[in-house]
Amino acid sequence: MLIKIKHYFKKNTDAAPLAVFRIFFGLMMSLSIVRFWANGWIDKLYVQPKFFFSYYGFEWVKPLGIYTYFIFLIALISAIAIMIGYRYKWSILIFFLSFTYIELMDKTTYLNHYYFISILSFLMIFLPASAHYSIDAYLNPRKAYQKIPKWCIHSIQLLMSIVYVYAGLAKLNSDWLLEAMPLKIWLPSKYDIPLLGDFLQQTWVHYGFSWLGMMYDLSIPFLLLYRPTRKVAFFMVIVFHVLTRVLFPIGMFPFIMIVSATIFFDAKVHRQILKIISKVFKISYHRFQNHKTLVFSSKKNSLLTFVLVLFFTIQLFLPWRYLAYPNELFWTEEGFRFSWRVMLMEKAGYAQFKIVDAQTQKRFYVDNSDFLTPYQEKQMSFQPDFILEYAHFLGSHFEKQGHKNVEVYVESYVALNGRRSQPYIDPTVDLLQIKESFIPKTFILPFYDQIKGL
Amino acid sequence: MKKFILLFVSLSLFVVSCSDDDSSSTTAGDDAFDRKEMLTHWADHIIVPAYTNFVASSTTLDASTQTFIETPNEANLVQLREDYQKAYLDFQTISIFEIGPAETIGFRGFVNTYPTNATAITQLIENYETPNLELPSSRAAQGFPALDYFLYGVADNDNSIIETYSTGNFANGYKTYLGLVSKRIKDLSTLILNDWNNEYRDNFVANTSSSSTGSVDMLANDFIIHFEKFIRSGKVGIPAGVFSGNVEPQTIESYYQPSFSKSLLEKSLNSSKNFFKGLSFDQSTTGLSFESYLDYLNSIKEGEDLSTLILNQYEDSASKIGLLNDNLLQEVENNNSKMLTAYDSMQANVILLKIDMLQALSISVDYVDTDGD
Repeated sequence: MLIKIKHYFKKNTDAAPLAVFRIFFGLMMSLSIVRFWANGWIDKLYVQPKFFFSYYGFEWVKPLGIYTYFIFLIALISAIAIMIGYRYKWSILIFFLSFTYIELMDKTTYLNHYYFISILSFLMIFLPASAHYSIDAYLNPRKAYQKIPKWCIHSIQLLMSIVYVYAGLAKLNSDWLLEAMPLKIWLPSKYDIPLLGDFLQQTWVHYGFSWLGMMYDLSIPFLLLYRPTRKVAFFMVIVFHVLTRVLFPIGMFPFIMIVSATIFFDAKVHRQILKIISKVFKISYHRFQNHKTLVFSSKKNSLLTFVLVLFFTIQLFLPWRYLAYPNELFWTEEGFRFSWRVMLMEKAGYAQFKIVDAQTQKRFYVDNSDFLTPYQEKQMSFQPDFILEYAHFLGSHFEKQGHKNVEVYVESYVALNGRRSQPYIDPTVDLLQIKESFIPKTFILPFYDQIKGL
Repeated sequence: MKKFILLFVSLSLFVVSCSDDDSSSTTAGDDAFDRKEMLTHWADHIIVPAYTNFVASSTTLDASTQTFIETPNEANLVQLREDYQKAYLDFQTISIFEIGPAETIGFRGFVNTYPTNATAITQLIENYETPNLELPSSRAAQGFPALDYFLYGVADNDNSIIETYSTGNFANGYKTYLGLVSKRIKDLSTLILNDWNNEYRDNFVANTSSSSTGSVDMLANDFIIHFEKFIRSGKVGIPAGVFSGNVEPQTIESYYQPSFSKSLLEKSLNSSKNFFKGLSFDQSTTGLSFESYLDYLNSIKEGEDLSTLILNQYEDSASKIGLLNDNLLQEVENNNSKMLTAYDSMQANVILLKIDMLQALSISVDYVDTDGD
């Protein structure tokens, strides 16, 4: 077994797929950041708000006021450097750090896609993505290689497979498969899409999309890996992601997934792509054809093995952590994030905070728009960790204002996947008495229904 | 597997012909809910008639203001007050529609910001200054709340009020200011109505897009904001001290003639309910509305009968408000628990409208169109 593993780590493959992946990744990231900037979202999401929701343990990560633009600029420059393969090791490290910093600044904007980019860029720190067809390789032929260890390609394929398969497993629940929820809510509202509009009003379409989506997620990595089905599978990737782009506001992500899926193709395709790029930009492709093979020293190899095994172990187990919590995952969201639970819920809430003077029993309600943007208020209203953090913020705010014996209560209602709204947080609990932690949140009221499945 | 691929192929054919252009519109088929028809009904049978009616009453109001300015006597004051009350009640029927031209000029802010800043008004008059009512900062010194002050609050009794405009030291200043305020209400509403009659109506009706800039989406948000902020909070919650912990009688609508305050509240709640039901302004017909839209979507979803729950809650609020004295200022000071009961009843409807209705319609509350998962 051990010999097999050792043997596996010595296998080599063409460096072109990883080079193409690096170029596409850098390009997509640069475009995404430019688009984010041009839409004015840096200002709207990170400069204007007065309060930011932190991830547990990362309270020190905050936007830097107007200098937040600077972080985005760093991420943009490093993304361009990744694309052209200039000082790759540094640029990918800086990209990972700056991008992850941005994502940690406010969890209001959490998206699985952003998390995917973060961990993918982490993985890429350990991959020799600039060994071939990069400025680094061009300037320093000693560091240029045409073959790299095979596991480098496999690790990206594995990460993508985890994302798809786990997203598929998350769909194996009664709401998605038996009720066609939340697609039954979302699709009819897309009535104005040409041709599809009326079609999207039909119940059988909601069920069809739900089941096909589940089957797609569970099977696509295998169909991409298996040579005879690869072309069809890639076609399905395009159709699937373009369709989601048409139906839902998911920005650049579909395109990122489509180009990422090219990592499953044979090196022949990538060499072709590199040839085209060479032609367009008048680069000598010939210069990179040195037939050299990159071999890591055994010390470096064992370090890389350790990092990769640890990384993928975490990736495989983290999404299952919700099993450690007693209540309905969709309701309490304990263990919901970082688990590839994509587009699974239509959840909305309303949270009214009450500030009470414990001694005089005098009370008043908080106008959330005094502290939160509409987007933050929306996200806060149905996520318990947001509610708790905001309650503590309100408590210290009103104490600073001179209020005495402050207690903070919340009256909140949440509706999940088309069910009628029901009370969410126990209105009799003074939230200031509760500290954020990973233990189950007992102040969440029970969910009066059952969602069966994974 | 073959079928699986076949379906994807056929789907892709659809997709190829799709663009994600937000402004495109379609004519709905037989089985789909016709949003264009709903928008047409809203525009032609509710919004435009309501504005037409309001322009008429604010024109009448302006005319009787001129009469009173020319001859400040008791008969003219009585007539002016009558026309003022009619116009203020009629305003409650259009306050929901802060969309298009009304939104652009910030109509509601200029016409009904209360409490009015009586100190600023008297200072301007006593300094012989002419107010510039176009300044955003002057919002709290004009509109109906300012008229409330001019017609009921400038002195203790009717005789002294008339004197303020006839023989008082600053009579000219009061007359000028009063005239400007009533003229501005008329001018602004005429401007909005003209815009609806010229081109906004067609834009509004044609904008059937499902995006956050579509008419249904925007008006749903306006409708809910109106209910939550302007009826629930403004007319009941804030004076009853829900947000400050202390009752704030000075923030009541129609503060200088508090016996009129409950009528305004009732009118505005009723207008909100009628709009939800799609009742035409002249109350003769009922057309497509949020109620029928929810019923249509519910036939897909087979969930609870949300529209009935919402209508029942409107009835509940109306009955709780019915128990209140006409003078809400007195209620706040003496029977505030009845005000709080009315508030709680409307609050229950905010939850139904803001969570359940918006979820059913798949409309988001926020205007920030960031990416989703």
